[in-house]
Amino acid sequence: MPAVDTHLERVEPRRAGHARWVRACHWLIAASVLALAFSGFVVLMAHPRLYWGEAGNDLTPALLELSISRNYRHGGWQQNVAFAEGPGAAVSASRTYEIFNENGWARSLHFLAAWFLVATGAVFCLAGSLTGHVGRDLVPRARELAPRALWRDLVERVRKRAVVAPGPPYGELQKCAYFGVVFLALPLMVVTGLAMSPAITAAYPFVASVWGGAQSARTIHFVGFAALVLFTAGHVLMAARSGFGRQIRALTWGG
Amino acid sequence: MTGAEKKKTSGETLITRRRALITGVASLGGLALGGCSEESPPTYGNILRMGDVLTYQAHRWLLPKHSLAKEYSRSDITSIAAIGTTDPADPRQPLFTPDRGEAYARLRGGGFADWRLEVVGSVARPQSYSLADLKRFPSRTQITRHACEEGWSAIAEWTGVPLRAVLEASGVTPSARFVQFYCYDVVADGIDMLDALHPQTILAYGMNGRDLLVAHGAPLRVRVETQLGYKSMKFLKRLVVTDEFDDLGPYGPLQTGWSWYAGI
Repeated sequence: MPAVDTHLERVEPRRAGHARWVRACHWLIAASVLALAFSGFVVLMAHPRLYWGEAGNDLTPALLELSISRNYRHGGWQQNVAFAEGPGAAVSASRTYEIFNENGWARSLHFLAAWFLVATGAVFCLAGSLTGHVGRDLVPRARELAPRALWRDLVERVRKRAVVAPGPPYGELQKCAYFGVVFLALPLMVVTGLAMSPAITAAYPFVASVWGGAQSARTIHFVGFAALVLFTAGHVLMAARSGFGRQIRALTWGG
Repeated sequence: MTGAEKKKTSGETLITRRRALITGVASLGGLALGGCSEESPPTYGNILRMGDVLTYQAHRWLLPKHSLAKEYSRSDITSIAAIGTTDPADPRQPLFTPDRGEAYARLRGGGFADWRLEVVGSVARPQSYSLADLKRFPSRTQITRHACEEGWSAIAEWTGVPLRAVLEASGVTPSARFVQFYCYDVVADGIDMLDALHPQTILAYGMNGRDLLVAHGAPLRVRVETQLGYKSMKFLKRLVVTDEFDDLGPYGPLQTGWSWYAGI
């Protein structure tokens, strides 16, 4: 018990809530990420197979197949035509099956949301650097990354339904999660997304080759999506455990 | 693919650079609703279209011109799925029309000897080329990655005549800004002059060392290596050089809900 009280005293008194620009950026980014996750999933449903390397399609082996639409392992293919003699020659097969494909609007929504994400992310990074928010509140200190400190934070968060005041300073795990999302996961999503662009990879081939090819980048893009969904679930859960209404109000109107 | 046909609406007007800039910036600034006067595509409002235009303009301003897409070696060639229209003469296919389908069947029956590619519009010398005529142009062979919007990709070798050479032979007028493609599967779509003059944008009649298969667009398809696969239209019939943007009605991409620019 005393250990917990000490911790609360350590973080409780200095909270001033979220700055106005942080609140605006948070909701713009949250809305963008939600739109990106939704539209990205709809895009994925058109071809729920993941590959590693430069290229991959229904006639080449998949790294992972997801049973998320009627396109999963559909068998609507005419017989193969080989381009050359011998085993292992490239083949072509014609699709005879009308697949689920809503990629027209979904991809356009995906890029529109990506523009908002990138623009808001740039504002956040700029304002965050200038105000010192990033350095002060988000970058974990070396001692905060010590396994013992992280473990203690985790145990406390699992055990306690603490009603904590909103805003920084953040705990060890909070810092790691926020830093990881803002400076690792979201930028990774942007660059692996760009690696799937024919125009951008023509201009800058390393954008794709650094991942081992556009299909590898697509697979990493999916893993990043899964990680961000997990983060969002944990983020909302933690908000719920620390007074949901109060947290949402503080993130929206301040206080 | 542009296969899924939706109801058609009219409208879509010239997208000038300035207007695209205004609407693009407006969409970012949240002022989008007042910035765009054309009628909405059928499936959703025009905010998505403004995002597409913003991406297009950003690519045109920020990316170097005419960078070459990566080319591979023969050992990198993969199997490739044939999708969309795989036979314009097959009445079971979604974009089949009796007149085009029958015309295509006739041409294929004659080994495409009577097939012609028309090059018309804003050109000094409209032309009509047979396949043999096109094969007399200096050819280009490239092993490139076909990136389908569905998410899959394939590496194949394509042989054909650079579109630039065909356009130069017809004398494109200085005011020309777009090249529109009309196809035997009734698909129609266009690209801007920058992509049209790209050294890897070719009119391909060969694939993996053979004549182009019917399923992949015989006798002639375009390869636009800097955009998604649906811009590399198959079964070409006519090229029209235009000064103004044209959404090409119900057979163009916009009214079926697809972004006109697919460099993404």
